[in-house]
Amino acid sequence: MNYPILSLAIWVPIIGALPLLALGSERRDLVRWLALAVAIAGFLVTLPLYLEFDRGTAAMQFIEQAPWIERFNIHYFLGVDGISVLFILLNSFITVLVVIAGWQIINEKVAQYMAAFLIMSGLMNGIFSSLDAVLFYVFFEASLIPMYIIIGVWGGPSRVYAAFKFFLYTLLGSLLMLVALIYLFIQADGSFNLLYWHQLRLEMTPQILIFVAFFAAFAVKVPMWPVHTWLPDAHVEAPTGGSVVLAAIMLKLGAYGFVRFSLPILPDASHFLAPMMIALSLIAVVYIGFVALVQADMKKLIAYSSISHMGFVTLGFFIFNQIGIEGALVQMISHGFISAAMFLCVGVMYDRMHSRQIADYGGVVNRMPKFAAFFMLFAMANSGLPATSGFVGEFMVILGAIKFNFWVGFCAAITLILGAAYTLWMYKRVVFGAVANDHVAELTDICWREFLVLALLAVAVLAMGVYPFPFTDIMHASVDNLLQHVAMSKL
Amino acid sequence: MLSNFVMPDLIPAAPELFLTIMACVILLVDLFAGSIRRLLTGPLTLVALFGCALMTWQGFGDPTPLTFSGMFIHDGVADFLKLFVYLAVFMALVYGRGYLADRGLDKGEYYLLVLFATLGMMVMISANSFLTMYLGLEMLSLSLYALVAIDRDSTRATEAAMKYFVLGALASGLLLYGMSMIYGATGTLEISLVAQALQAGVASKTVLIFGLAFLVAGIAFKLGVVPFHMWVPDVYHGAPTAITLFIASAPKLAAFAMALRLLVSGLYGLAEQWQMMLMLMAVLSIGLGNLAAIAQRNIKRMLAYSGISHMGFMLLALMSGSVGGEADLMRALDAYSAAMYYIVAYVIMSLGAFGTVLLLSRAGYEAENLEDFKGLNERSPWFALMMMIFMLSMAGIPFFVGFFAKFSVLLAAVAAGQIAVVVIAVIFSLIGAFYYLRVIKLMYFDAPTDSAPILASMDMKILLSANGLAVALLGPFSDVLIRACRLALLS
Repeated sequence: MNYPILSLAIWVPIIGALPLLALGSERRDLVRWLALAVAIAGFLVTLPLYLEFDRGTAAMQFIEQAPWIERFNIHYFLGVDGISVLFILLNSFITVLVVIAGWQIINEKVAQYMAAFLIMSGLMNGIFSSLDAVLFYVFFEASLIPMYIIIGVWGGPSRVYAAFKFFLYTLLGSLLMLVALIYLFIQADGSFNLLYWHQLRLEMTPQILIFVAFFAAFAVKVPMWPVHTWLPDAHVEAPTGGSVVLAAIMLKLGAYGFVRFSLPILPDASHFLAPMMIALSLIAVVYIGFVALVQADMKKLIAYSSISHMGFVTLGFFIFNQIGIEGALVQMISHGFISAAMFLCVGVMYDRMHSRQIADYGGVVNRMPKFAAFFMLFAMANSGLPATSGFVGEFMVILGAIKFNFWVGFCAAITLILGAAYTLWMYKRVVFGAVANDHVAELTDICWREFLVLALLAVAVLAMGVYPFPFTDIMHASVDNLLQHVAMSKL
Repeated sequence: MLSNFVMPDLIPAAPELFLTIMACVILLVDLFAGSIRRLLTGPLTLVALFGCALMTWQGFGDPTPLTFSGMFIHDGVADFLKLFVYLAVFMALVYGRGYLADRGLDKGEYYLLVLFATLGMMVMISANSFLTMYLGLEMLSLSLYALVAIDRDSTRATEAAMKYFVLGALASGLLLYGMSMIYGATGTLEISLVAQALQAGVASKTVLIFGLAFLVAGIAFKLGVVPFHMWVPDVYHGAPTAITLFIASAPKLAAFAMALRLLVSGLYGLAEQWQMMLMLMAVLSIGLGNLAAIAQRNIKRMLAYSGISHMGFMLLALMSGSVGGEADLMRALDAYSAAMYYIVAYVIMSLGAFGTVLLLSRAGYEAENLEDFKGLNERSPWFALMMMIFMLSMAGIPFFVGFFAKFSVLLAAVAAGQIAVVVIAVIFSLIGAFYYLRVIKLMYFDAPTDSAPILASMDMKILLSANGLAVALLGPFSDVLIRACRLALLS
């Protein structure tokens, strides 16, 4: 590997988006094919990351380092370890699906739509591979812009409200994080190097304050209860592609932030505040699960289900054992596939019916058998059925939680019941039964494009559920290293 | 009588002298050239600016910094700021040309007043004596009063000019009073000698602080920070947009130079006192500016309040030089270069934002309400993108120059231990993000109400595009500008 793979992963989609913008919205088909080509190219350049990854070490790999803003000692410093590498692949993969999924639905400002997704994909690859705090922050914050545009331009009726709420909510957290980053810079004698920060000694009080600032940024992004309220709005109003990227990748940024920043930089504060984090996670798992149960809007239901599943992820991180953290990471990847698939399924129905209300449906299986089969698989995966990817992560986290404390594990396990309840009940009301009304009677089954997208995701969900070893194997060394790191006090 | 007259060294002041001569030439040309004067005055003004830029560039690093018996200084800061003044004036002239021509205001007086204002700014920037400073300030201010009222049939502009004049005269009086106090205490008008006198500690502290308070009030008025900001929105609103553009750009650089020369070079011995004042004004400006901007329906007023908050941010850096404890020279240098970087970045952004307002205006129609930006993305995707860049940059979202400027200011303030102030500033800039995002919302999310094509001369379009790209690219490549600021201050 003599070429900068990570830089390619970041800049291929972003630079590829520029000709799209230049083409404008006149030649739609050309724009679509070009966007697909860029997305596929963006995915292909990330493949060597997996193939050439050295599984034996926890050190950063594929490192690129060059001075960027020397005055503040900021570097263009990229690298991945076993924790972050999978997210880059996931992100680039999902981008391809999003481009295909938006093929026919989006007819206005096609070029800008595709370009926004491609740019966002590049920016998010940047977040996952930055090892310089300012570089991370720059990507982290810049990724808000395309999402704001996507929700606001192609969204539903109250898109403006949702777009502002999304942007301002996330901005508040990240601005506080910025102050913490600057403080750390001064403590570290003028270095923004994350790896150096991992070794930095810190007193308890600053650790806790910095933890709170990081929490503001990452908890909003995850989102954790009680700062989750932007997510249902954003999901409901966003176009299908926006919801997919939001759920599959953007929510992972917050969780990733906890593993990359909070745990290794602030181990003592993390241990000290772990009970709070565990409590908030359990509230998300149980309470939000109940909230999901009563939703009448499918997208809202899946949004709440996402919050509940992400509660599992934060729970896994803050019980500090190997199986918990690995489970949480597996859960992140798996949720990336499943939530993307669930939102795409709702999107498929919405494109035909222009309604997301569960009450407007019923008996869809009679008209769309192929679709119903896929939807079934993903609904099962969402409720954690064994042999789907949803099971692996949840099971590992529950095991880890029981090791940590029986009652924590017990509470977490409630999700298996709740998840099955809200997902399958929705599935039953939408898909089964007699054809509910004339609109449902006019439904047509999925076209080959939709089939392709759902089939790709189905393969991913099943493969990960049956044989998760390739996923856990790659993260093993890094998680091990992380745990050793967290166990060491910095006081 | 003339036996003890020594001919001063004129070389350091060559640009000023050249500009004076050119102004006189243009005055004569405008008077006698008859029908072709329209064709001559504009280009001649540009030639004058270009000549000044050339001379300033040539004079970089001149070994004889002081001339006119120590009243005039020629150093790195002066050259640096002057170059940006020429650039800002040049851009203001190009942006404003079409607008003024449509309204029959592009008369010889306009060019002359702009040149005299420029001369005033140059004198202020190079002032090393209270007297020179005051002369430059009055030259600038009187030209600006006249410029605001250049459309003499407009009642709104006349009212704005009157308001500006009355308040400006009061502020000049305050400044002059403060200067006289300090003169009384130290016995000298020369800034470097005042600093020496303060260091010697012979002057009466009470008188000095009394004078300082008036001095700071005068500076605050020129910068337009709370509580001396009342004139800003009214003048910005009332003046023809091309004039507003001029007032909102280059004079800020001169006011910054005034603050730097008087407070840092002159009254550094009283830093503890003026830092408290600046801190208070900074927090108030950031708070009030951002809050009041939300309520504006008129984009010129909105940008006025946004300017107030930006000046507050700049003061935040200026006061971070050495708050509390020992004066750390390197840290002070960092803080002042951050302030300088911020003011330059602000001027570039502000030119672009007002430039876009001018772009949308046409004969008989002022595009000055926020609604006029509705659906700009459909009328002109390129300029909507440019405006989005300006707005995001002002909001301090990464990848644009505004973020890096804000970042360096926050860094300086945190280094000075002002974390509480920084958190307040950051929260208000979150509030501020709302109204910048609203402009983007209008441009991208809403449908256009006005379908008139955008007519503007090619030079304006090119310059505005260059302006937008500069704001976008000076972000990632900001190292050059930051270093230049630092180098200028070091000399």
